[in-house]
Amino acid sequence: MAGQKVKLYQAGTFVVGNRLLEPGERTVQARMDRSNSLTSGHRACQGCGEALGARYVLDAAMRATDGKLIAANATGCLEVFSTPFPESSWQLPWVHSLFGNAPAVASGVAAALRVKGREDVRVIGQGGDGGTVDIGFGCLSGMFERGDDVFFVCYDNEAYMNTGVQRSGATPPAARTANTKPIGEHPGNAFGQGKDMPRIAIAHGIPYVATATVADLHDLERKVERAMELHGPRYLHLFVPCPLGWGAQARDTIKIARLVRETGLFPVFEAEHGEVTSVAKIRRRVPVEEYLRPQRRYAHLFGEHGHPEIVARLQAMADENIRRYGLLR
Amino acid sequence: MFRQTEGSAAVAETVALCRPEVVCAYPISPQTHIVEGLSDLVRAGRLEPCEYVTVESEFAVLSVCIGASAAGARAYTATASQGLLYMAEALYNASGLGLPIVMTVANRAIGAPINIWNDHSDSMSQRDCGWIQLYAETNQEAADLHVQAFRIAERLSLPVMVCMDGFILTHAYERIDVPTQAQVDAFLPPFEPRQVLDPADPVTIGAMVGPEAFAEVRYLAHAKQLQALDLIPEVAAEFAGAFGRESGGLVRGYRAEDAETVVVALGSVLGTIEDTIDDLREEGVSIGALAIKSFRPFPLEEVRAALGGAKRVVVLEKALAVGVGGIVSANVRTALSGIQLHGYTTIAGLGGRPITKKSLRALFADAVADRLPPLSFLDMDWERVEAELARMSEDGRSGPHAENMVREAGIVAARSH
Repeated sequence: MAGQKVKLYQAGTFVVGNRLLEPGERTVQARMDRSNSLTSGHRACQGCGEALGARYVLDAAMRATDGKLIAANATGCLEVFSTPFPESSWQLPWVHSLFGNAPAVASGVAAALRVKGREDVRVIGQGGDGGTVDIGFGCLSGMFERGDDVFFVCYDNEAYMNTGVQRSGATPPAARTANTKPIGEHPGNAFGQGKDMPRIAIAHGIPYVATATVADLHDLERKVERAMELHGPRYLHLFVPCPLGWGAQARDTIKIARLVRETGLFPVFEAEHGEVTSVAKIRRRVPVEEYLRPQRRYAHLFGEHGHPEIVARLQAMADENIRRYGLLR
Repeated sequence: MFRQTEGSAAVAETVALCRPEVVCAYPISPQTHIVEGLSDLVRAGRLEPCEYVTVESEFAVLSVCIGASAAGARAYTATASQGLLYMAEALYNASGLGLPIVMTVANRAIGAPINIWNDHSDSMSQRDCGWIQLYAETNQEAADLHVQAFRIAERLSLPVMVCMDGFILTHAYERIDVPTQAQVDAFLPPFEPRQVLDPADPVTIGAMVGPEAFAEVRYLAHAKQLQALDLIPEVAAEFAGAFGRESGGLVRGYRAEDAETVVVALGSVLGTIEDTIDDLREEGVSIGALAIKSFRPFPLEEVRAALGGAKRVVVLEKALAVGVGGIVSANVRTALSGIQLHGYTTIAGLGGRPITKKSLRALFADAVADRLPPLSFLDMDWERVEAELARMSEDGRSGPHAENMVREAGIVAARSH
């Protein structure tokens, strides 16, 4: 596809419009030969960050592997909205077994490919944050530890959305979920709990760990491509807003994903073999309040009966991330 | 070739002859020797190509097998007891997805109280998970059943458990004829599934199915089990022709044709039962045995034909369905619907308690004289049981029974109230 002359317009996002890029640098979604791995017609909600993320991850991985890719999916929204029998949105070989075993199923697929001499075919495992950091944690850690040739992607929307927005080990402090309602003295989810899965993955010393958000899809595609250049266990932790679960506008999915990075609450980085190798710097630092306010799951922190002290604690968390990862320019 | 060998070693060698492409392992007694043996064979290059994967739990074990099988590899594992329960969710998944995985279950009790010895509580607890369940009486049969299991599994697209008594079989040394590679290759063709995960022909496996089709899918699982009722004897007959010995099948009678009393059991205890029957027969007692070889599918017609003419049936069970009694008995009674006879259930051998000829002889004598209650327990220490029941009714305080009994006996340093 040849480049075309277009008018520069101000999007207010610092994002370079895809059409302004050289054809070779354009997103895989701009190509006629994109694989449409997760094709249209599925039942995801409007503004679903997970559907957007999965589409970009898988199409980028399909491009990187010349279409030789098999996916193992955990139970969850992504599985349910994509495969209402007798329909399927998947245009790649795809298997769903259970909630907690997607990394092990992926390991089994990889073992089968190895024994059959089909190492040209690559394996991706994927699930939500519940299927990754909670119920699937043992299988994921085992897959990392064994060094299996699996790329695992966690679509993190920070709670169990498929069952009605309950708290997971990835739910941030103070967030309202169906079982961390702002009732009583300590509103929302507790501080000091939860798992920092990317750092746990790094501690396994695996070849590649990355975080990304659906606000920077070029960065996401680049990381998927990097992951597919490598072998062994690789992990991508992708921040995907959930308008339904977070009480946010469907149109704000990208904005919220951008704000979480700009606050420092979700550090975007890469690590190889246990060491952080790159960090996405904050372009225009914003206070956490700007990220929290558009989400009803944080509504109890603001207004007449708000909790400025909790907002301050969340700000301190963001500041700590900024310090730890050196997120400022 | 005949060899004096351990049951687990014979199973490992025979499984290797079946050319599994992925073997996944997690240690749990008493199946460990089997997967250790396979590890040695893979490392020595005697089983190749084969990926031997050690994982972090039994749940992962079966999940790896599910992935491997869905990608078209012949997959095998072994487990027991708590391990089988830990993979319970994946058991239903493997059968629901129609994946022909073969797994040895080295039968062992389930805790609490924790107990590593043999009974059938583990596999019986998973009798309805959709897997075929075959029970071996001897180590020769345990080895042979694995060769048959892959054939049955891959023909019906169903996973198969080969159940063998933990320790009693797995750790026993016996003279076993381990077949040759050529024999097994001639009997067991390569695994060629109808649909696999293949980028050249992408399929979705494991979709969500709602009320509109779920019942039909479940019925198909039942229908495949019914087909297995035909296939299991066919494969056993073919095996006998090719290997020159009888192994497997649905049921096997022992001096049962004309017997007034028939004892029903599964697994290795049949040996002791048959010895006892021989003694009683010499004394003129009309008694025989029926071995159930396939518990799932349950051979209703064969059991009815074998037992329908008897005056009384004693089902000797190595598992207890607390709150009702027998598990095998319930299935036997279904087979005998409308037939009037004396039916007795005896629970025996729980947690590895030896089932001796002496005890069986007394049991069968009571049965023949119709002195047995409907549900009895072989060699139960009633004194201990009554003491604990009495204490509970007295002080009304709950707590773990095993620890309560030792506390009452003053065996541990636990203070009495």
